[in-house]
Parts: sequence; C-alpha cells; structure tokens
Amino acid sequence: MAPPREPLIFHASRPGRGATDQWPREPGGAISIPEGLLRSRPPALPEVSELDAVRHFTRLSQLNFSVDTHFYPLGSCTMKYNPKACNALAMLPAFLARHPLAPESRGQGVLACLHELQGMLGEVTGMQAVALGPMAGAQGEFAGVAMILAHHRARGEFARREIIVPEAAHGTNPATARLCGAVVREIPVGADGDVDLEALRAAVGAGTAGIMLTNPSTLGVFERRILQVAEIVHAAGGLLYYDGANLNAIVGRVRPADMGFDVVHVNLHKTFSTPHGGGGPGAGAIGVAETLAPYLPIPIVGREGERYRWLTERDLPLSIGRLSAFMGNVGVLLRAYVYMRLLGREGLSRVAEHAALNANYLLARLVRAGFEAAYPGRRASHELIVTLRREAREQRVTAMDFAKRLLDYGMHAPTTYFPLLVPECLLIEPTETESKETLDAFVAAMVSIEREAREDPERVRRAPHTLPVRRLDDVRAAKRLDLAWTPDGRTADPPR
Amino acid sequence: MSAIADDLKYTKTHEWVRVRPDGLVEVGITDHAQHALGDLVFVEPLELGHRVAAGESYGVVESVKAASDLYSPVAGELAAVNSALGSAPELINQDPYGAGWIARIRPDDAASVSSLLSAADYAKLLAAEGQ
Amino acid sequence: MAFIPHTAADVEAMLAVIGARSIEQLFEEIPPDLRSRPLAGIPQALNEMEITRLMSRRAATDRVALSFLGAGAYEHHIPAAVWALATRGEFYSSYTPYQAEASQGTLQATYEFQSMIASLTGMQVANASLYDGASALAEALLMAARIRRRPESRRVLVPRAVHPHYRAVARCITSHQGLRLEEVAYDAATGRTLVEALEPYDGEDLAAVAIQQPNFFGVLEDVDGLAEWAGRRGIPLVAIVNPISLALLRPPGEWLAGADVVVGEGQPLGIPLSSGGPYLGFMATRLEHVRQMPGRIAGRTLDLAGDEGFTLTLQAREQHIRRDRATSNICTNQGLMVTAATVYLSLMGPQGLRRVAESCHVRAGELVSALTGIPGVRAAFTGPRFHEAVLQLDRPVEPVLAALERRDILGGLDLAADYPELGHALLVCATETKTRSDIEDFAAALGAVLEARTAA
Repeated sequence: MAPPREPLIFHASRPGRGATDQWPREPGGAISIPEGLLRSRPPALPEVSELDAVRHFTRLSQLNFSVDTHFYPLGSCTMKYNPKACNALAMLPAFLARHPLAPESRGQGVLACLHELQGMLGEVTGMQAVALGPMAGAQGEFAGVAMILAHHRARGEFARREIIVPEAAHGTNPATARLCGAVVREIPVGADGDVDLEALRAAVGAGTAGIMLTNPSTLGVFERRILQVAEIVHAAGGLLYYDGANLNAIVGRVRPADMGFDVVHVNLHKTFSTPHGGGGPGAGAIGVAETLAPYLPIPIVGREGERYRWLTERDLPLSIGRLSAFMGNVGVLLRAYVYMRLLGREGLSRVAEHAALNANYLLARLVRAGFEAAYPGRRASHELIVTLRREAREQRVTAMDFAKRLLDYGMHAPTTYFPLLVPECLLIEPTETESKETLDAFVAAMVSIEREAREDPERVRRAPHTLPVRRLDDVRAAKRLDLAWTPDGRTADPPR
Repeated sequence: MSAIADDLKYTKTHEWVRVRPDGLVEVGITDHAQHALGDLVFVEPLELGHRVAAGESYGVVESVKAASDLYSPVAGELAAVNSALGSAPELINQDPYGAGWIARIRPDDAASVSSLLSAADYAKLLAAEGQ
Repeated sequence: MAFIPHTAADVEAMLAVIGARSIEQLFEEIPPDLRSRPLAGIPQALNEMEITRLMSRRAATDRVALSFLGAGAYEHHIPAAVWALATRGEFYSSYTPYQAEASQGTLQATYEFQSMIASLTGMQVANASLYDGASALAEALLMAARIRRRPESRRVLVPRAVHPHYRAVARCITSHQGLRLEEVAYDAATGRTLVEALEPYDGEDLAAVAIQQPNFFGVLEDVDGLAEWAGRRGIPLVAIVNPISLALLRPPGEWLAGADVVVGEGQPLGIPLSSGGPYLGFMATRLEHVRQMPGRIAGRTLDLAGDEGFTLTLQAREQHIRRDRATSNICTNQGLMVTAATVYLSLMGPQGLRRVAESCHVRAGELVSALTGIPGVRAAFTGPRFHEAVLQLDRPVEPVLAALERRDILGGLDLAADYPELGHALLVCATETKTRSDIEDFAAALGAVLEARTAA
C-alpha cells in the first residue's frame, strides 16, 4: 500500500499559531531603521506549532528512499552506508559552535583533523599537496582545470586552451572546462570501453591544455591503456586531470598519481562515505603533483611545529584564489576524517576489493539470468552496466520502466540513461557495504521484472504502483511551471 | 519510420525549409528530429531582425531530456517567429511540417535554398543513420 | 571488517559464481605495476570508542567563547527539532532526487524551501541551493551577464562595501568568463554606497550591478536609489541579502526597479557555524529569467493518476544534459542544509523570524551604545544598520582582540587587512543569542583592556 501523501506545510498554517518557544523574547527596544527600508507585508511563511513541523517533516522523510532504508545501487554515486559515528562526532557541540573567523588558537582540534585529512588524501591519491576547500566535485573540477590553465599561462603557453574529454564523461567535465574558459574537445571511446588512442593522438597538439578522465571510466571498466594515454597527453605538453567520481573502485589499490595524473579531485561524499543528504553537501578535495602545488585554491591548513594555521594568499601568492567565503564544507570534511580513521590502512584497501567483488558478482549473476552486459568479457570495476536494448525492442519495456518497477520491489533504481553511449542502460553500483543477500534479492527482482515484461508489460510500463505517487509527468512540470507556492496560487512576475 | 514531406528541402542537421510565395523561407525541425528530442517543452528563437549565417544557430528547443540548437539553413534575417509555440511547443511534435513551423527567414540569396537536400536525399541520410 | 558485511564463506561463494580464484584476480585488467598497496602513511584503524575519544579531546581544545563575530557567519539559536529532523536517515542518506517517485520527501521539502525563499526575497522563483553565499554571488554575476544578452558587456560593478571574501570568490570564478569586477567606493561618513559613486559609470557598458543589503559594514544601503540607477540603464541588478534581515527589511523584489537576481548566505537559517561550512547559498529570480538560473529546481506536477507530486524540472539548463552549454557546472548542491533551513523557517514562521530580526537589531544597537561609551571607541559610520557595526579604536585592533580572547571573548573582526583606510577598525555583531549582560561583560572587558593598555 502506498504511504499517504503529505500536504504542503503552508496548508497547516493558522494565523497566530507558532512554535513560540523557539522565538526570542520581545527585544524591548526601538527599531531604528528608516521607514522606507522596512518591509510592509510579512513573508508567506507557515504559522505552525512545533509538533506540526516535526510531524510534517518526519512524514516527508518517510516518502524518501535512502541508504538507511533501501538498497540504493545508483551507479556513479557510491551510495554506501554512512556510519553514524561520522555524523555524531562531526556534530560535537564545540565543532558546530566554532565561528569560521575565530582565532586559530581556538581551532587547533578541527585544524588538526583537516591537516591529517590532507595527508591521508595525499597518500590515497599519491599527490604531493591537497586542498580541501572545493565544496563539491564540480568545484574540485573547476579548481583543477583553473590550475592547469594557470600552469600553462605561467610558462607563457597561452595557446593551450583545449580540454579533451571522452564522449562518455560526466556532464560536469565539459561544463567545468567551459566555465574555465577552455575549449572542449570530445574524443570517442572504443567498442571495448577504452579511450580510442588514435583519436586521442589526433586530438592532442599545441593547443592541448589537458585531458579529464575518470578511471575506471563511466562505462564501469578500467581504462587499461592509461599509461599510454598519459604518455600521449604529456608528450603533447598537456596535463592529466583525474575525476575522482569512481575512486571507490581503486582506493587503496591504485593511486591516480601512479597512473600519470597531475591533478585529482576526490568526492568525499562518494568514496569517503559522507552523506549525500538528498543532493548535498559534498566536498571535492583536490590533490596535485608538485608542479601545480603553487596554484592550489586557498585556504589550506599548514603546520608550523605543533601549531596549525590557515595558509592564505600571503603564503600562496600564485593561488587560483578562493572558492568559498570561508573554508568549504568543514563539517563534511570532519565526517570523511572520522570515516578514514575508522577504516584505517587495512580497511581502506578492502573497500575497493569488496566493491569490485560485489559488482562482479552482480554482473555474473545478472548475465547468467539472461541480461546483457554492455561490455562482455570485461571485468566490472565497482559498478557494471547492463543494456536492456533487447527488452526495449521485443517487449517495448525500457530501462526507465525497469528502474521504476524496481522501486515497487523496495529497491532504489540504478542510474538510467547514463552513459548515453550505451542504449537502454542501467548503471549499477552496489558498493562494498551491501551483503550477498541484498545482491541476491536484487537479481531476483530483476528476473521477476523481466518475467513481468513478457507477461504483463503494461504493469512494468506504468510502474511504480506502490509509492506515494505514480509516475510523474515531467513534460507538464517543464511546460506549466509551478516552482513555488504562493498564497494566491500564482507564480507570476509582478509589473516593474 | 519518420515522415518526410516531399515538397520541402532539408539539411543534415534535420531542419526543413519551405520557400513561401512572399519570398520568405519558413523553417522548422523534421519529424525525425522531434521524435529524437521527445516531448518539447520550450522553444526560443532569437529576436526578430537578428541576422544569421547559414548553419548558425537561430534559437534553441528543449525537451525534458535534451536541449538542441536550431540551425538556420540559409543566411538572412529573422523575419517572423511562430508565436503559438510559446504556449504550445507540442505543436512541433504534433505537426512538425505545418503548425509546428518555427521561424521565417528573409534570405540574403533566395537561390541558396536549391543547394539543400531534397526529400529523397534526406530519406537516404536517415537510412544511412540507421533509421 | 569495518562496514563490510562479507563472511569468508560469502567471499568464497561469490568468487565461485564469478569464476575467479581470488579477489586479486578481479583487478587483473589493471597493469600489474600500478597495483600497489600504497597506504603506509595512513594510520591503523580505530574503533568507534577510540575515535570518539580522539574527536572529543580535539573538540575540547576548540574552546567556545562569548562571540561577537559576524562578517558573513552568524550565531543564532537553532531549535533542537531542526537537526533532529534533518539528520533522519531518510533525508541524510538519500541521493539527489532524480528518481522522483522515490524522493517525494526531499522534493517536497525543496519545493517548500523555494516557496519560502521566493517569498522572503520578494521574487517569483528560487532554486534548490548553491554552495554558499559567496559562490552564489559568482553564479549570480554570470547569470546576470547572460540576462544582459550582450556578450561584449563584461564589466560588473561590485561595491567595496560588499564582503571582501565574496568579492574574492566572485573574481576567482567569473574571471575565466572574462567578467571584470570594478569596485565602487563607499561613503566615508555613512558607510553607504552612494548613487553618486555610480555616476562615473553612466553610459558605460556594464553587465551587472551588485548591491549587498545590509552591506559588509552592517550598514543599510539606499537600495532604491542604487537599483533605480541600474534599472533605468537596463543593467541587471544582483542583490546580496541576509535572509534573517528580510523579516524586517523590504525585499529586493520590492526595491524600486526590483532586483533581477537575489542571492545570499542561508547559514543564519538554522545552520551551525561549523568553522565555515557546510552552509547554504540561495538564489531567487524573476520568472522571466528562470531558464538562465543555475542549479536544481523542484516543480509541482501531476502523476499518471492525475494527483499532485514533485519532480526536478528545467533540467535542460543543467550540466548532465547541456554539458558544455549548461548554465553552470554545479551538480551536488547543499541539499541537507535546504531541509534544515526549511524546518527552521517553519518553526519560526513570519512572527518568529521577525522577532529574531528585531532582537538582532536591538541588541546590536545596545552593543554599539555600550562600546562607544568607552573612551577611545567610536562608531565608524553614521548610516542606519541592521545587526553589525564598524567601530574605530584609538590603537591597533589585533592586540586588543588577543587580550579579549584571553578573557574568553571573541570581540569581532579586525578590518586592518581588508580595509586599511578605516584605520583601527573592528567589525562587531550581536544577534538574538546575546543578552544585555553579555553585552555588559563585553563592554567591561573592552574597557578594562583599553584602560590597562593606556595605563601601560
């Protein structure tokens, strides 16, 4: 049975009601602001009791799938378990209360954690220096590409403005390159999932600033000729950027620096298990080889003797600059720190091993059950792709239909329609924290849906059936924009 | 199988072209293109009077899963846009060669249309692309 | 093994299904010389009891003090319900709501957040968050330049009275798009950005004008005058606002010639100070500009059965569809902070939020009165203010702050580095968390410190 929906909180609003215990007392003083600057109508915020709010948001939460409640094999997103200790310890009152501009003397505890985190991420990636400021993967990418361009400019190579990306790259890669003012050059991927080396050779030249790669790639396979890729790009004078989205596949086993990368970003909300929070916050720490270290974004945590301090533009005059008002997502960084200390040296290397074990097990079982691997004959990395092109052709049941039907089986859908290169694809990432029983249940669900697709395809096409809502009309959402509730029910621009 | 209208000219980027009696060149996207994009939710041509070169973008169309540039088949000036699409972009899906026309361009050189693909050529192109 | 559930029997059975002899064999496609165990520099594992001890010890070294620091991050009361709800696993451990049917909780909370931000700012639409206030300003300037529709317009006016870190971030991010930030001076007497200071740019080709209200000094700008100047010239206006202040102040959508893009730092809305993050950048705009807005947007629609539901919409603006033509490269945002802020705004409501804003304002007024009563302390500016103020001391600020810190008081921010022209200037802030006795303690301590130094 579908759980009931929850009305908008605005509908629970009653004039004069409120969580008054949360309000400060009457201030007992005059407002000395010119009349003309004051608001005439109060904002349309709800007037509800504390219980109203608690019940509303608790009920909303229950309309979500999450790692804590459901298997969540969303490819490329690394939805592993987020240990509760990471949250509890990052939310110790003294950490939460610390003002970002408080003196360093009152922040040696948090700075020590951040400094050690820089060191541990350097160890995992093989990079010489690490900055923790970028607030998500895309900001890490921005920092990385900006540093690559700064490096070329410092050498007088102003013509190096092209960033090469494989066609299957995450959308953030080309978007970032463009934001950095670079020209994006896409290269094809071969039928085996590896970069087309001939196309790469043809693409590099005097205009090459660098290449952005994930490895394992977005196709769920390891780029086997990565050393040749590095050689080709380096020989052409370009640098290699490692998109850390898939680091979970190799953490503790292979270091991006050893593959020839000059700069990496690490999505701490993937590999290092900080929560995704329904879309964020993340953290996109960035590591660089020695050549790029002078350009790192500020601030960075430095250590002098026993004291930690922020390094700023005075210490790093060539820095590409500042990406956040203060120090990025410190609370996320603390969670990653706790996670890495909990796992330690041994636990971290087992992450990739068991992520690979789970992915390859799932691939083997799905193939045996009759599903088609997108890259047969290849080992899966920490994730795998099956293509449902046969189901789409024969039953007219698409990857999206399978995804929606999986929700009815109590499992979050894998990533669909990414990478676009593979028709009707499901990108499945089980992560190392899932048990064999959960993986077996997933296979059973897929087999069951396959049967439904043959016997009662309409049931699959119209899925989900058991969720709070049925399949939603995206076309209507985009055509008849309803992006905000208003008391009069209209979302329209007032006249100027 | 996508519909192709015999009396129109086409481009490799899946635009169609109709020369009107008043000399303006009416343009839109083909049935194949609307099918590939899916349900259209937004159309935004450039402002009237804007000058475009052949092959240059004269606007964008969006579906929920894709966004695509509109490429002008001819060089000229944007003389009219289909204002009905503002509230009903689905006209392009429903009637790509008729009510779903997107813009009219005053061509610099009316003869340039003759170098575009014929319906038969465009059918061959689609066949070659695996359609 | 930490967080890995596999038994030895599981591993064996799974390898058998795969047809591999060992886990090592799963890595066989990786060139052998790349396969290493390079983690010597990482300490051995701690268990939860041990890491709890370590973190508690470290937290204890970061002693909490009575703080009058503001400057873009503000101490407010956070109701216990905010984080009790936001850290529920269903919010905390879910992903971006791409599968709408399985994410109605996050999507509806986001829609409610957008509604609240739109109403607070007086705009029509808001997005589902950017990273923080500073990066939101950068995005807003890029968006304004797109709205301008004049690719050759690359100069943006950003007053010197805008937060210096915001300007630094905006410069870092937008310079690659060729935007050039030009600094507009503030009036030395009032601390305001005067319309006359914009006049030299009359007739110049500008992509945007930004205004911060209240500005970095805590002073309230003549927003109508500045907005009208930009509006009359067809230059997009970017407003940077404090969301708490909007319970009291006229929102940017109602400024004369309203703002085009409104951004700000959402941290005051129930988000802990946390050494600087995670915070919450918000952005609102006019409906006509919504396709130029970066970031995710939730919308209300209908499902197959004709019932209401929520989904991400206008995704064709975003990087995963438009790639190098996207409005921004942003993907992950600050989702959990959005949930927290929505809970906070629900608990406060229009009355509670107004009470918070009034308390901040009144306490700050009392703070300024108390401190400027001390010999050697004067207010730097005469302009009206919200909850912060610049004070000028008769001697360098740094040693004074250090002496206060020894008395467990964080006495504000030294402006010497960012605003040397202000002399020995100190930015102080009071929120509703400060009592009159806190203020008296601060004044007494500052008086004592200044006296001791004078005597010495």
